[in-house]
Order: sequence, then C-alpha cells, then structure tokens
Amino acid sequence: MTTAPASGTTFASVDDVVTRLAAVGYLASESVATTVYLAAVLGKPLLVEGPAGTGKTDLARAVAEATGAGLVRLQCYEGVDEARALYEWNHAKQLLRITAGRDESWDAARTDVFSEEFLLERPLLTAIRREEPTVLLVDETDKADVEVEGLLLEVLGDFQVTVPELGTIRARQRPFVVLTSNATRELTEALRRRCLFLHLDVPEPALEEDIVRLHVPGIDEALTTSVVRVVAALRGLPLKKAPSVSETIDWARTLLALGADRLDARTVEETLGVVLKHQEDVVRARAGLDLDTLARRA
Amino acid sequence: MPVAADVTHGTPYGAPSDGLPARLVAMVGALRDKGIPCGTSETVDAARVAQVLGLDDRGRLREGLAAALVRRGGQRAVFDAVFDLYFPAGVGATQGTRDGEDDLPADPDDRVERLREELRDALVARDAAALEALAERAVDALGRVGGEGNRSFSALQTLERLRPQTLVAAVVQERGDDGDLGDRLVRDEVRRDVERLKALVAAAARRRAAELRGRERMATYAVPDPAERQDFLTTNLAQFAALRAAVRPLSRKLATRLAARRRAARRGEVDVRRTLRRSMSTGGVPIRLVHKRPRPSRPELVLLCDVSGSVAGFSGFTMLLVRALADQFTRVRVLAFVNVTDEVTMLVQEGRPDLVTAIQREARVTGWHGSSDYGEALADVAESYLDAIGPRTAVLVLGDGRNNYGDPNLAALQRIRDRSRRTFWLNPEPRGRWGSGDSCADEYATVVEMHECRTIEQLSRFITHLLPV
Repeated sequence: MTTAPASGTTFASVDDVVTRLAAVGYLASESVATTVYLAAVLGKPLLVEGPAGTGKTDLARAVAEATGAGLVRLQCYEGVDEARALYEWNHAKQLLRITAGRDESWDAARTDVFSEEFLLERPLLTAIRREEPTVLLVDETDKADVEVEGLLLEVLGDFQVTVPELGTIRARQRPFVVLTSNATRELTEALRRRCLFLHLDVPEPALEEDIVRLHVPGIDEALTTSVVRVVAALRGLPLKKAPSVSETIDWARTLLALGADRLDARTVEETLGVVLKHQEDVVRARAGLDLDTLARRA
Repeated sequence: MPVAADVTHGTPYGAPSDGLPARLVAMVGALRDKGIPCGTSETVDAARVAQVLGLDDRGRLREGLAAALVRRGGQRAVFDAVFDLYFPAGVGATQGTRDGEDDLPADPDDRVERLREELRDALVARDAAALEALAERAVDALGRVGGEGNRSFSALQTLERLRPQTLVAAVVQERGDDGDLGDRLVRDEVRRDVERLKALVAAAARRRAAELRGRERMATYAVPDPAERQDFLTTNLAQFAALRAAVRPLSRKLATRLAARRRAARRGEVDVRRTLRRSMSTGGVPIRLVHKRPRPSRPELVLLCDVSGSVAGFSGFTMLLVRALADQFTRVRVLAFVNVTDEVTMLVQEGRPDLVTAIQREARVTGWHGSSDYGEALADVAESYLDAIGPRTAVLVLGDGRNNYGDPNLAALQRIRDRSRRTFWLNPEPRGRWGSGDSCADEYATVVEMHECRTIEQLSRFITHLLPV
C-alpha cells in the first residue's frame, strides 16, 4: 500500500490549509481544505471536477505557492500523447552528435545518443524527477484520449516511469498531483479509483463575497452583497452558461470602475453583458428578474 | 454544526457497540446498494481518512469520506443521506431539542404556532444554524407517527403541520428591501431557504426513524436513488430497467470496437511521396515503406431529436445512450425540436432525471402551436445550426416523421445530409406504418438512410454496426 505523504507539500492540519491558502489569495471552503489536506497526507492524487470558472486550476497554483513547491503543468488536449506528456528523444541533436563523431566505434555512438543529454523531459517526467517539492497539475484531463489515462495510471499509481534505454526512473519525492476535469467525457473508473475526488461547485454566498472582496479591493460592502445575490439569482435561472465566480469578480470590477455604489435594475440591465455570455441568456435573465418592468418603474 | 449532542453511549455518534471499521463497511454496502460503486480500496481509503481526520469534526469527516467514496458529482446527495444515517449528528432528540422542549406549549396547535414563529424568525434572519436546529425540533414535536411498537417519524407530516411555504410572503415583507431589485431577490432567497428546510426536515426524520427501525432498512427505503437511476421515460418501470441495462454493455462494446478500429487504422495506406523521399538515402530503392498518418481524431455527432409527446420516450432514451457513448466522439451536440429547434447539449450533459420534461420546459422547442413540424425544425437546423455540421460529423435524426400534414421540407434535410459525413434517421415506428397518414417517413427515406428502431435489439445493432461512421 502506498501511504507515503507527498513530501514537501505537507500541511499540519485542515485549518493550516485554510490559512496558508488564504495567504496566497485562495479562499478555500471546508470541503476544499479537507480534501487538499487528505491528498497531502495520504499522498493520493486529487481529481477536481466541476463547472468552468470555479477555481480548479487556481487551486493547484495556490497549493504550489502556499507550500513553496514548483508547479509543473500538463495541459491535456485531444491527441496529446506519450511524447508530449512524458518524454521524447531529441532526434536533431542525436543526428548532430552522430555526424560530429564519425571516427568513433559503433558501440560508443550507440550508447551515447541515448543518454541524459538527448532526453527531452515532458511534464510528467519532469515532475517525477524534480528533487524539490512539486505540484503536478494535469489540466483538463477529460480532453485527452483514453490511452493517456492509461499512461497516467502508471505514473500516478507508482510514481515511476520506464524509459527503455535508461531504465526505470522512480520519483525521488512524491509530487502533489491535481487533475482537473470539466466532465465533458467520463474518466475511466480505474483513474477515478486512484484519486481523491473533489466536486468544486460555486461557493456559498458568504464565501463568494469574501472572494470578491479579496479580488476587488476597495469595493463597497453593500455592493458586494448585492452583486453576489444577483449572481445567485441568475444561477437559479435556466441559462445556457450560468455565471461562474470569475464572472462575479469581473462584474464587481466593472461596477467599481463605473462608480456604481448600489445595484438597481437599471444598472443590472446595462451591465448584464459582463456576467452573461449569450444573448439568449441576457434575454432570459431580463425576463426572469423582471428587469424591464422594474427599470421602467424606477 | 451541533455534533454528537447525545453522549449517553460514550462513543461519538452514539454507537452502542459497533466499531468504526464495521460501520464504514456497512455504510459502503449501503452506498453500493444505491448504485455508488465503491470497492474495497475505497473502503480502505475511507478508513484512512477517518484515521487522519479523527471523528471530532463531523463536517470535515463528511467531506473527507465523500472525497474517498464519491466518484462523480451527481452522487453527492445520495452520499450525504447515507452518511447522515451512519454518522448521525446525535442520538434521539438533540440537546438543543430537549432544551427547547420545555418551552414548547403543551397544546398541539399552540406548538405548531410557536414553531412557525421561530421558523419565521430564522428565515428573516437567514440563520442557517437556527434552521437546522429548528428542523430537528419540528420533527421531534410534530413528526411522530404510529403507535406503540410501530413508532416512527415522518417528514411529510412535519411539513404538513409546519406549512413553511405559507410563510414566504410574510417573510419577504418583513425582510423588505429598499432597492427595487431587492424584493425580487428576497423572494428567491426565501424560497431557497424553505427548500433547504425541507431537506433538513427529511434528513432529521430519516435519522430519527433509522434509530427506531434500523439503519439498513432506512438506507434501502428512505434514501433517494441517484439521478442516473431515476426514470425519465414514459415507459413502464420494467421496460425502463431493461433499457438501462442495455446501455452499459452497449457503450463498452462500442468502445472496444472503436479502439480496435483505431489500432488498425494506425497502419494506413502507403504514403508514396514520403516513401520515395526516404528511398533517396538508399539510392532510390524504396527499402522502407512509409505509411500515411492515421486520421487524427474521433468523429463528431449531432443528434436531432423530436421531443414531442409521441416519441419523447424514445428520444430521451437515445439521448441517455449517447451520453454514455460521449467519450467515443470528439463532440456531441444535441438539438431538440417539436417545431422549433433549440440546442440542449448542456441539459443532456447535466444528466437530469426528467430530461425530456426539462427540455420541453427550459428550451425553446415550440413556436405557435404544440405539435411536431419536421419541416420547420429542419429549416431551423439548416439556417442556424449548419455550422455544427461538418465533414467529420455524423448526424442522427430521431423521430417518427409524422409531420401533421405540413411541408416536409426535403431540401433542408438534403442540405444537412450534404454537409455531414453521414446522416441517419432512426424511426421508432414499425416499417409498415411509414408513409401512412401524416407520416413523411417514406419521403425522408429517399433522402437519408432510415432505420426502423423500435427495440433495444434494433438500436444496439444500429449503434454497433453503423455508428460511428
């Protein structure tokens, strides 16, 4: 059983997670803090799912910053393969090496070109070989093909990689792994089983207010409250794209820049485009919040 | 959160004798019964979580165990309900309930009035802790059902007596808001709080009832099934179970077939240009063949579904199937129509239990009247969604082609077909009835390949042999 803690990225307690993440600008909810703490202590990868814009990627950034670890990021996309994720050989350099040393024996040349010098590390190998504390972020795992998940299984299960020419490379320290997914594709059960699971949803109103205050310094208390309330109401409507936390922050910034000190129907109507990204949603929101009637009455 | 209010039994969460491992195992069993597939390794993880976190903070223990045992978003509600049964906040009436008991009037009607007043205050103050305590107290005071030997607690009865929804108007008034928008928001918030209270009451009643009747029984009967298990078809239950059972093996079968096909495709045709280029190093003798690179990606799928009453069940099921198959396609887009077409991809991805109803309610699928019009719907697609269809797209039209004697608009279907890689039509009506009455199936069948698709068997044959193209 693999129980070694992720070295270098340990926290003393759940409260410690909250304080240290807050210090680097990430306000963690109870569930986020608990799960991060467990992932660090149990040394298990953390699979974070949830709608876009709720801070999945930012969580990895924050953990790295809070623990002084380096952040290694593998951005997944359709067609990402072993060569992009793990390692590849620097063919051009190998050719140069061979042409440069024409007189040497075959054996010398052969062993030479498959050495460290010609190895191009990609994120997974980098994370495993780093001596320093490391946070490995595998972003948008659901975008990658199923084959890559197989690769991840090997790497995340044993934290080792086999390069045929060099032998097995074992992790010197266990990186803190964060996988994110928007659930556009079902991840395999095998991968899910190896991870702790965190569903990151939009935060509770009180937490969201704190987040807005943190990111938009100088904003009025009352305005913050009403922004968060209106956004909560918008999320209750059947929209194509419900506003995420980042949109709440954008909106608060816009309102601050416009010099609005309170949020009335007219202001909401004029700035709705900052929060909603589809024209149909804007129409639906105006109907849903009775903005037209309210604005006319005002 | 009030934790372990009753300590008469000495152990946290009022466990008389069963140790933590036994309790975890029993809980995992209950989760499995509810369709959350946790294996032994998850149970071990859960035990390690409990060890690391300790049992002092129930909220954290809940989050921690969820991280180890829950595998995807939709399962959380089930987990929470089961967790409440196996790690209850206390035993019997909580301390707060017992303290409050003395203040409650003896007369039943006065009791209800007093609790309603307190509920009103809690709603006005938006006090989450007060709501939680109140739910416990209300169940204790108003939820008792059954006589000696058959005692239990009912959430339904509690809520019927408490009638929280009748308080909404009063609370909105009292909370009042100076802004014009404020009133509108307050109403929403109060409604949400009332919904929360209902959930809290249900949980409290479940907990109290579980003490009387045993956890296992409660886990089986009182915990709601996860979304993916609920019925959204209008078919009867037995039929639906069969359909669901068909989905999983089907998607796996297709996945294997596709993987094999992709492996085979990796060695494609010989690339003459690159073979000759390489042959230059061997004096023009092509010693090593170079193969063409495989086509890079998975196909895309556009689903065009009739969601009108007559075929809604069929469309709903096929959407479910396609969701299960989603990882075989780069992109799946679902368009639904009755006589106007609207995109519902997001709704399908959310995996809502009442999918077809949700679509009919939340998407704009009807125009002036409520009956199917394929002509209009196809015109909509050809006009607004044609960019969703490209040379890598397979289009599936689902419907019976009954057009209510409107213009079939074959031209629009033709345009869709010409743009796509392939277009299929799946018709849930028996072949013999195509073209009868207001059915335009025969006409459409001249434009695209139409398949009869009435049974699971037919559907699976279609999926495995023709899709993806």
